[in-house]
Amino acid sequence: MAESLMVGTRIRERRMMSGLRQAELARRAGISASYLNLIEHNRRRIGGRTLLKLAEVLEVEASVLSDGAEAALINGLRQAAARSKGVSELDRTEEFAGRFPGWARLLSDLSVQREGLEGTVKTLTDRLTHDPHLADALHEVISTVTAIRSTASILAGSQSIEPEWQQRFHRNINEDGRRLAEAAEGLVRYLEGAPDTETEIKSPQDELNAFLTANGFHFPMLEEFDGEGQIKDILGQSEAIETPPAHWLAQAMLEQYVADARALPLQMLKDHFDQYGIDPEQLANMTGCDLPVVFRRLAMLPEDLVGPVGLVICDGTGMITLRKPALGFEVPRSPGACALWPLYQVLAQPGMPLRQRLRQGEVNVLVFAAAETARPAGFDLPALIRPHMLLLPDGETATVARQVGTNCPICEVPDCPARREPSILSTGF
Amino acid sequence: MGRKVMLIEDERNIIEAISFILSRDGWEVKTHSNGHDALDAIRERMPDVIILDVMLPGRSGFDILQDIRKDTEISGIPVLMLTARGQKKDREMAERAGADQYMTKPFSNAEILESVRSLVIT
Repeated sequence: MAESLMVGTRIRERRMMSGLRQAELARRAGISASYLNLIEHNRRRIGGRTLLKLAEVLEVEASVLSDGAEAALINGLRQAAARSKGVSELDRTEEFAGRFPGWARLLSDLSVQREGLEGTVKTLTDRLTHDPHLADALHEVISTVTAIRSTASILAGSQSIEPEWQQRFHRNINEDGRRLAEAAEGLVRYLEGAPDTETEIKSPQDELNAFLTANGFHFPMLEEFDGEGQIKDILGQSEAIETPPAHWLAQAMLEQYVADARALPLQMLKDHFDQYGIDPEQLANMTGCDLPVVFRRLAMLPEDLVGPVGLVICDGTGMITLRKPALGFEVPRSPGACALWPLYQVLAQPGMPLRQRLRQGEVNVLVFAAAETARPAGFDLPALIRPHMLLLPDGETATVARQVGTNCPICEVPDCPARREPSILSTGF
Repeated sequence: MGRKVMLIEDERNIIEAISFILSRDGWEVKTHSNGHDALDAIRERMPDVIILDVMLPGRSGFDILQDIRKDTEISGIPVLMLTARGQKKDREMAERAGADQYMTKPFSNAEILESVRSLVIT
């Protein structure tokens, strides 16, 4: 149900909380009871003077009645439903979020937390299974325990043992006891050195995105780059980058930033925008820079200079390696975004940049997509392609925008040819 | 002279303990402690039973076992595998490689004796 129509539900809720009868509220607001009944059942849109009058009678701000629950919260609840089983009231998600925003936020947060914890369990399981150091340490402990158990069992047995063997087994037990103590100490040291299990274990990509978000995707220090010290300083001061893999990603990202800033210096861009506005294709043509360089540069400039700009980059597998959502266009955290995104079209046809008007839910964006060849093809190696997708505000309303989704489980687009799994929003579970 | 058992294991004190209990049980025990030339040692000594550790220096017990099963001269020798890992997939790997029995460390002396005896009877 469209958000604007849910105003009626909120009016009804408020009226009942105030202990007013429908006829009484209608009378005091200067409308008929039957009209109010239609409004309360979301069968009539409402706004303007009538909304203000009803808000006045109900003694609430009009915005409390008109503003639906935040889209992000609703999306969070849908994601929570997609992760769980047995939710049968998906059509009432918005109503739930509107009536109980605190509980809704808690539910959404708990679901995100659960996903994080599941990721932690997987990480720890992988670690236990594949960490060679841990495997070696445990093998040493178990082997030593085996030797001690077997030897002690011989010594404690009823059969008489020659003094020479007795002496040898005592010596072995003593030796193995010492080895076991050392192995156990090593194991404890190793486990104590492991990440604190109370802190969230994030993927390197999560850390990178947190780092970029905390810096607004812009690094003034790197605009006037004069040495590697700046990158080291930025990374050294960052609280978001905690692990070596994330450090590696961030280092590569900042080196790319510096190269892009050299290709398109900030002052040159300011002059260009003053004269021509924000037009990626024109900027690429006039500067001779590749479109992906232009995209990255636009997405990493301050919002007060270029306005809201989003960017999504993926690798050749379609795995999203950088996500900068903007303009309300949702970019999923998990792999597997909408297959209709131009991002994936340029992955299939890297030589063919695209410009499309897209609509995702209620959000319209102007999208530019182009692929960068990170490494050209050779006889023994395929080309490594990195598709980029830039999101800009869409001021055009005459052209029909193409409908796309976020990812299938929470996408409402009916009869989508690209659907790879049913939507919980249309079919439930 | 009793039947021959060959213990391929790299932990010296485990070798001494198992050798002792098997000898007391009447077995002639031969030992070998690396994976490199374990197959040559088996062909040379032709034991009645092999006790084979999975984690050996040079070569894994799984690989050695696969080669044992391919070699017609020694393929019929029953093999008891020893490992520090008790996961289902490890047991399955041992079965696929052709192990007759599979034992997870730490085991008791009685268990290993019983297992070796049963392998000769079968």
